[in-house]
Amino acid sequence: MWSFHRWFERHSLILIVGILLVVSIGGLVQITPLFFIESTIERVDGVRPYTPLELAGRQIYIREGCYVCHSQMIRPLRDEVERYGHYSLAAESMYDHPFQWGSKRTGPDLARVGGRYSDEWHRAHLADPRSVVPESVMPPYAFLQRPLNTAHIGEHLAANRTLRVPYTDEQMANASTDVAAQAEPNGEHAYDFQQRYPTAAVRDFDGDPAHVTEMDALIAYLQMLGTGVNFNTYQAEAAGNDR
Amino acid sequence: MQAKKRGREDVLGVGAIVVITGILALVGIGNAIDTPFQIQMWTLLTACVLGVAGLVWHTARDQQGDQTKYENGIVKAGVFASMFWGVAGLLVGVIIALQLAFPNLFYFPDFGWLNFGRLRPLHTSAVIFAFGGNVLIATSFYVVQRTCRARLAGGMWPWFVFWGYQLFIALAGTGYLLGITEGREYAEPPWYTDLWLTVVWVAYLLVFLGTIWKRQEKHIYVANWFYLAFIVTIAMLHIVNNLALPVSFAGSFSYSAFSGVQDALTQWWYGHNAVGFFLTAGFLAIMYYFVPKRAERPVYSYRLSIIHFWALIFLYIWAGPHHLHYTALPQWAQTLGMTFSIMLWMPSWGGMINGLMTLSGAWDKLRTDPVLRMLVVSVAFYGMSTFEGPVMSIRAVNSLSHYTDWTIGHVHSGALGWVGFVSFGALYCLVPWLWKRERLHSMALVDWHFWLATIGIVLYITSMWVAGIMQGLMWRAYNDFGFLEYSFVETVEAMHPYYIIRAAGGALYLVGALIMAYNLWRTARGDAPARERATDVPAAGVAVAAE
Amino acid sequence: MSYLQAAHFAQTWGVVLLAVGFAIATIYALWPANKEKFERAAQAPLIDGDDDDGQ
Repeated sequence: MWSFHRWFERHSLILIVGILLVVSIGGLVQITPLFFIESTIERVDGVRPYTPLELAGRQIYIREGCYVCHSQMIRPLRDEVERYGHYSLAAESMYDHPFQWGSKRTGPDLARVGGRYSDEWHRAHLADPRSVVPESVMPPYAFLQRPLNTAHIGEHLAANRTLRVPYTDEQMANASTDVAAQAEPNGEHAYDFQQRYPTAAVRDFDGDPAHVTEMDALIAYLQMLGTGVNFNTYQAEAAGNDR
Repeated sequence: MQAKKRGREDVLGVGAIVVITGILALVGIGNAIDTPFQIQMWTLLTACVLGVAGLVWHTARDQQGDQTKYENGIVKAGVFASMFWGVAGLLVGVIIALQLAFPNLFYFPDFGWLNFGRLRPLHTSAVIFAFGGNVLIATSFYVVQRTCRARLAGGMWPWFVFWGYQLFIALAGTGYLLGITEGREYAEPPWYTDLWLTVVWVAYLLVFLGTIWKRQEKHIYVANWFYLAFIVTIAMLHIVNNLALPVSFAGSFSYSAFSGVQDALTQWWYGHNAVGFFLTAGFLAIMYYFVPKRAERPVYSYRLSIIHFWALIFLYIWAGPHHLHYTALPQWAQTLGMTFSIMLWMPSWGGMINGLMTLSGAWDKLRTDPVLRMLVVSVAFYGMSTFEGPVMSIRAVNSLSHYTDWTIGHVHSGALGWVGFVSFGALYCLVPWLWKRERLHSMALVDWHFWLATIGIVLYITSMWVAGIMQGLMWRAYNDFGFLEYSFVETVEAMHPYYIIRAAGGALYLVGALIMAYNLWRTARGDAPARERATDVPAAGVAVAAE
Repeated sequence: MSYLQAAHFAQTWGVVLLAVGFAIATIYALWPANKEKFERAAQAPLIDGDDDDGQ
């Protein structure tokens, strides 16, 4: 009786093994090759890891679920390129853990929103979107004008570095001062910060020089989106850029 | 005697997990680096204390239940949970639809945690994982016992699965409101909630398998194949997609192990197969049991159901990249995803035909039995959305539809029409069966539910078709001078009337679900059936009488 | 292994595996000897009864 029973059990295990075999093929075929892709992601100058303040801003972007209404992926279609700018390159999101390409444009694409609007515009728009764009359906984010919690920013950089985002030792060591320094252009650490992140913008993003706020962080992040690569010199057809 | 001893073992096993989790929660509270994490750990600790209390209460009463009978209590609990989360999830859906239709009325600057960005994951998780998941767990526990003719295995473990799953939902849902998210659609719960779900899911698999191992029937009925594929594949997807590095083991934030292109493909491999194996395979299992049962006809073709099964799981797993057309994903992967998505049309329609043709010789029942009508219409919606899906996966079509509300409409024709209706049908069947009622409290109310929900779906999907296609066309419209004709915000403005219609459709669907909850509650309470029209047939009892 | 090799291997052998697997499933479903088993299985939801007798 028992051996009889055991055969049945094996039968259902065979079914499970079959299911697992079948459902792993697709993933193995499609996904694993991409983990060898480093050789074929374009080598692009200008893509750099996020500064501590931008990283904190990105966290707020994720926390508030911005990705459910805004994409960060410009497709190589004529109208998109004309509306938003050069199509997105794979390399531009290579340090994005997680990616924020999005799947819906209830609002516009943000992949290249950096530098398009002034800080003041972002401030007013985030605090009360319909005061700037009357037809907008975006929620208000006035509450972001509160102090940014920077206590654990060093650990955030460390986690990213573990995942192979190339932060330097110096960047790691100064994370907790850098996070504020970027929003204090007249502060004592502004110069050192600029040495560590030469292409990052240093200014008071939220119009409140006394505090480093969540608004500072979010605007710092938005203002750098898509600004890394210089498309005047980028050669799409250059060898090694084929995907 | 032996059964009693075994009972203690499973109580000890569950107790050990709950106690260990509770201790970890305490450690988390003590070391928390952020307030939301601390709140979550308090929630977890409270749940563990309640869990221990429940176990003690259970052991003290020494309630084993009659081991020679089916375990129905857990299915009853699942019916309650399904109905509760269903109404909650639909309600949040209506609220966020109203936020987009009337932003000035439904956003509150002082309550940032009620903004669209935090409520939308709450809606999707509540309807997919809370409502859908509970329906799947409850029906799978019902079906596997009946088709194996064996009592549910594991004693206390099924209850661990049930309450553990509710805890997962509660942690994830309150987490979204607190601003805790991993920022990847449909995989938003944070790392510790993911770990908890993994534990619960392994227990679920073992309970289900254990019951199959006890079976009196030689052949494993095909519905159980679909349930198994659902359980096993979701486990695989969940684990791989949620690989992440927490910033601190005492904090809520974690970084996905993957980045950029790799992260996108992993996520949509997960996302699409959550549709394929959670919302399709699992609910097909419901179809393969409840449609024949309710229609009192065997499956139209059992052979077709086997081919349907293998073809579906073979093809589905490849289709994910169609979510990433024209992106920075390598072109060959996009093409592969598109090809398999189109091929998927065949098994999907094979399954639909199999479900519909099961009614051959019993078509007249559609007229008299609104529950069967609900089940059959769900299969028709399944056919419709699995036709629309492959069309939308074609690159040229996708270039228009992607990023627009067409996608939202497509999802909802599947979610409201297929998943919703097949679940409602199953719940309408289950309540009289479980509570030993002659029939449902009111067939007329089922009719009302059916028509309200159907009109709701039609309003929803047609408004989203128009809105989506219109916005897609507006984005790519050029004027005579060769410039883009519309600014982005003009296309947002154009959505306004359709967002109102969509909210109205969703509200109708919600009202239908409320009517259903009332009807089921009255049925379970045993209230005498209200006076029916002469054409209404008794709901339950039929299957027994037929034997 | 380079990306191109990995992609090539996956694209060729993956498809072969898929075709073979699907053929096996179809043969299993259509095998004449299995006909009776399946016809019996198709009755499963109808004969399980609504009573609570588990074992």
